[in-house]
Amino acid sequence: MTMSPVITPLAFSRRLKNRIVQGLVWLAFAIAVVPLVSVLWLVVKNGYARFDAEFLTHSMRNIGARDAGGGAYHAVLGTLEQVGLATLISVPIGLLTAVYLVEYGQGRRLSRSISFFVDVMTGIPSVVAGLFVLAFWVLVLGFGYSGFAGALALSILMMPTVVRSAEEMLRLVPNDLREASYALGVPKWKTITRIVLPTALTGIVTGVMLAIARVAGETAPLLLTVFITDSINTDPFTGPQMGLPLYVFDQAQRPNVTAVDRAWAGALTLILIVMLLNLVARLITWWRSPAKGR
Amino acid sequence: MVTPLRTREGGPATGRPAFRRSRGEGPFRFATTGAGILLLAIMAAIAVFLIVKAVPALQANTSHFLTEKIWTPNSTKPVFGIAALAFGTVISSFLALIMALPVAIGVALFISHYAPRRLAGVLGYVIDLLAAVPSVVYGLWGVIFLIPFMKGPSTFLNTYFGWIPLFAGDAVYGKSILTGSIVLGIMILPIIAAISREVFLQAPTSLEEASLALGATRWEMIRMSVLPFGRPGVISAAMLGLGRAMGETIAVALIFPATFDITFKVLSANGNSIAANIANGFGEATPIGQGALIASGLVLFVITLVVNTAARLIIARRKEYSRAAA
Repeated sequence: MTMSPVITPLAFSRRLKNRIVQGLVWLAFAIAVVPLVSVLWLVVKNGYARFDAEFLTHSMRNIGARDAGGGAYHAVLGTLEQVGLATLISVPIGLLTAVYLVEYGQGRRLSRSISFFVDVMTGIPSVVAGLFVLAFWVLVLGFGYSGFAGALALSILMMPTVVRSAEEMLRLVPNDLREASYALGVPKWKTITRIVLPTALTGIVTGVMLAIARVAGETAPLLLTVFITDSINTDPFTGPQMGLPLYVFDQAQRPNVTAVDRAWAGALTLILIVMLLNLVARLITWWRSPAKGR
Repeated sequence: MVTPLRTREGGPATGRPAFRRSRGEGPFRFATTGAGILLLAIMAAIAVFLIVKAVPALQANTSHFLTEKIWTPNSTKPVFGIAALAFGTVISSFLALIMALPVAIGVALFISHYAPRRLAGVLGYVIDLLAAVPSVVYGLWGVIFLIPFMKGPSTFLNTYFGWIPLFAGDAVYGKSILTGSIVLGIMILPIIAAISREVFLQAPTSLEEASLALGATRWEMIRMSVLPFGRPGVISAAMLGLGRAMGETIAVALIFPATFDITFKVLSANGNSIAANIANGFGEATPIGQGALIASGLVLFVITLVVNTAARLIIARRKEYSRAAA
């Protein structure tokens, strides 16, 4: 920068402050990355030891307290079923709610209160969702612990996320499309199901996958509703099941090295599943984003 | 495919078409409205059923629920109270917030105003990954790595800053409230950073350019135009983070010392939280014990509800933040 005689150079203290803050901001970012690197590194390093074929194909049945071996097959199976069921429950409800908020509710009091409580619902602690299903489904209705009870708890956690992301995507659909459709005499509900939803589909799928990734790692609600078992239970509607996060929690509390090794391998499996879901979701957005470069 | 307009009698449309509601419209509208109402009903049901199952346990309690520290609901003469647990929840969450907030604001500023434009998106994603790591993995990391690791820094704090009541105490442990709070801080950092980043990005460019044009340095521009604009957003982000920290369960269930004391000495082997106690106490709980845990969950629900509602009200009041609320 050329200095004209009227412009005096910046005071030293101002330049110094500017530099110091810049340094602090960079430092903050570095501090934030340290735990991430540490967690990922330790999970990969320690999880690698037991991340083998036996781990992925065997349950913990008949594995003694001090035995090595055993695996998380029953837990992976349980997690897939529970998360699948939770998705089946929460996506229709969440999507319909989002449609209501964007297409029908405009400015109504009901819509405003739903919108507000969806936000509040995002903040419900996962353990409270678990306690609710425990109180409602397991204790009052007397259905007992099951994978489905866990799925109910997970779906409560998924719903607000699905509503929010779907709502955002529906709002991105240009109004011209709706108006063009109305102009052709297409009724509103058909406009929504044939025009608006397909347009927003990729974005909605991304949101759902991020929601799945979020609940797949939830432990507390499962602990209270699915219980813990060492055996394979393929039926999510009867009897205790296992879940991968539960498995990690269970093994981490056991005092033996073999159990801790299994916990790390479970954590590695869990992180791989969650990161994969995240990555695919981001790739979908990146691939077909309506607003590229955001 | 669109059916041609018809008159009410069913004949072909002549002149001004009579509008008939499509047959699918009613049910579809009903379904969408119903789904929305169902969500409200779930929120109400959560409160109702927690109360329904908590009341019998509270009636069986032989002590005062709000002031009692001890938690022995499974004995024949149940004694339990929320005091120590609520205290632990509050102190650990606030410690986590104090540690996470400055870093989160720094990260948000870094991504919104300092990082090279092309990298900003990727770096933001890296921070979001912190939120993607499941809570139980943080718990495992805390137990195996952070607890032994914290022995050193904790001893340092106790030796040189022991005059601060927070770090006082005769014995220092790695398995302490402080270690749990650090993990909580890491877990709420990405939430606070993400919302703050959105808010900072929405600061009016005209103001930023104006202050730069007047000769302000980058920091002066941020201090005078970005931070004042973003302050309510950052406050509410911090409160959302606080709510998250209070409800966080599994990581702290593995790390907190799980004793029922009220102490400010965060380096000692004392302390617990409501959520951690639910996870740890559920396995051996009798029906009364389960009711007691549900009662404590109700308290947690109410506390987080208040914190979250306040945070949302702050965001909702400002239209400019519309995009940041996600």
